[in-house]
Amino acid sequence: MPKVRSEKSRIIKDKIFKIVIFLLATITIIPLFLILYYIVQKGLKVVSPEFLLSLPKPPGEEGGGILNALIGTGIIISLASIISIPPGIAAGIYMAERKESKLSALARLCVEVLQSIPSIVVGIVAYIWIVMPMQSFSALSGGIALGIIMFPVVVRTTEETMKFIPGTLKEAALALGVPYYKAILKVVLPASLSGILTGVLIGIARIAGETAPLLFTAFGSPHLELNLFKPMSALSLFIFNYATSPYVEWHELAWGASFILVSMVLVINIIARVIAKRWKTRF
Amino acid sequence: MENEILRTENLKAYYGNQEILKGITISFPQNRVTAVMGPSGCGKTTFIRCLNRMHELSPNARVEGKVFLHGEDIYAIDPMLVRRKIGMVFQRPNPFPTMSIYDNVIAGYKLNGIKLPKNEMDRIVEESLKKAALWDEVKNHLHKLGTFLSGGQQQRLCIARALAMNPDVLLLDEPTSALDPIATSRIEELMIELKKTVTVILVTHNIAQAGRVSDYAAFLYLGELVEFGPTRTMFTTPKDRRTEEFLTGKFG
Repeated sequence: MPKVRSEKSRIIKDKIFKIVIFLLATITIIPLFLILYYIVQKGLKVVSPEFLLSLPKPPGEEGGGILNALIGTGIIISLASIISIPPGIAAGIYMAERKESKLSALARLCVEVLQSIPSIVVGIVAYIWIVMPMQSFSALSGGIALGIIMFPVVVRTTEETMKFIPGTLKEAALALGVPYYKAILKVVLPASLSGILTGVLIGIARIAGETAPLLFTAFGSPHLELNLFKPMSALSLFIFNYATSPYVEWHELAWGASFILVSMVLVINIIARVIAKRWKTRF
Repeated sequence: MENEILRTENLKAYYGNQEILKGITISFPQNRVTAVMGPSGCGKTTFIRCLNRMHELSPNARVEGKVFLHGEDIYAIDPMLVRRKIGMVFQRPNPFPTMSIYDNVIAGYKLNGIKLPKNEMDRIVEESLKKAALWDEVKNHLHKLGTFLSGGQQQRLCIARALAMNPDVLLLDEPTSALDPIATSRIEELMIELKKTVTVILVTHNIAQAGRVSDYAAFLYLGELVEFGPTRTMFTTPKDRRTEEFLTGKFG
């Protein structure tokens, strides 16, 4: 009977489909684990307390570390965060509160475009705006470049998170005679905290490894630089400069730095996931 | 007529060009439960949202006419002050999700920047929770999140939160529509208890509920006040044919 045959072939198709999507899902995991495996294999043996706490040595000398790059990354990420988080959250609040306004629609479009601008272009722009007038590469210009890249991430996650907060919550505060700004800052924003924090961490993870914009701005430095107006190293710059050098000892340092950078990004992502799950506001 | 606390004069409300309320004049007696009834879309929620100036928060919303609290036009004073005098409880319980039970009750003070000594806050919290008939159930875990309570308890928490501000009038917008029958009957008992200290205005689409708890009833239909009077009189001898049809379930 033809009916039965079609039934059978449907069951088989169903099975094939399930197997195919399972395999493809498995394949997505493979590249990450290969990269991790390779970096751990090459980088882990380089990493030691001394590696983290000392400055790089000139070529030919054994040992040396990445302290300057580690501190540089910390400073530049902090600068980028200071520049992007407060205005990003403010813009996100506006866009979630005034969904229908023309300004929101325009801002939404701009944020999307900003998000898709290649980071190297942001680097060049920061070079023209900040490095050229100041006549020096600097951590500040690097922080601004990365801040511009992080900004749209913060805006979008703030907007998306706040959209999910029931409007009745704001009304409850307003009905108590609470001024609008306090209803937003003390009731709606805390309820969105886990979402916004997750967004901020994802933004940080995103910029932590950016290299191209820093080539034009922070530039890099072999010294332990703390002055924001001077060239400064960062992990990604360090990897770029040392991995492209002709010296074997420096390649080792670059592998170690890669290991640290990847671990950092991984940990930030995991923390973001945990926060999103654990701190989720119940309504 | 009894002591009047709240009165509207030719109150009209609009969304854009659509007229939702078509000139309502009514006087609410003090320390009584007044039920505002009517079929869906008759404007009853809009009406009570005009009484504490929440209506104007909606985009394109507009209000005409006057509302007097103790003879003072509330549209001439700051809306934030109005809302402290006229509290509100919503259809769905909406405790502040990031705050403990204690903080939820005292939120009106904290969020308004009113600083009180600790023992004063403790007193207000205890008193408000007792008035809302929730104290016995939560007194041992005041510092747990308010959202861990059941729906009915959450709604009583919201009532306590509104009562903490010591309002003259409490607006209840279908406060039991999201609750089960047992939680509903507790809230209904509570409403009768509450009128000792506060004037209650209850919006409900539930005729039986209005009959059980209210002293006065107003029937709104298509944005007009059709009938207003003592609940018993209205339920036994409605003057208007539409009221009679509504009460007997011919529409609604």
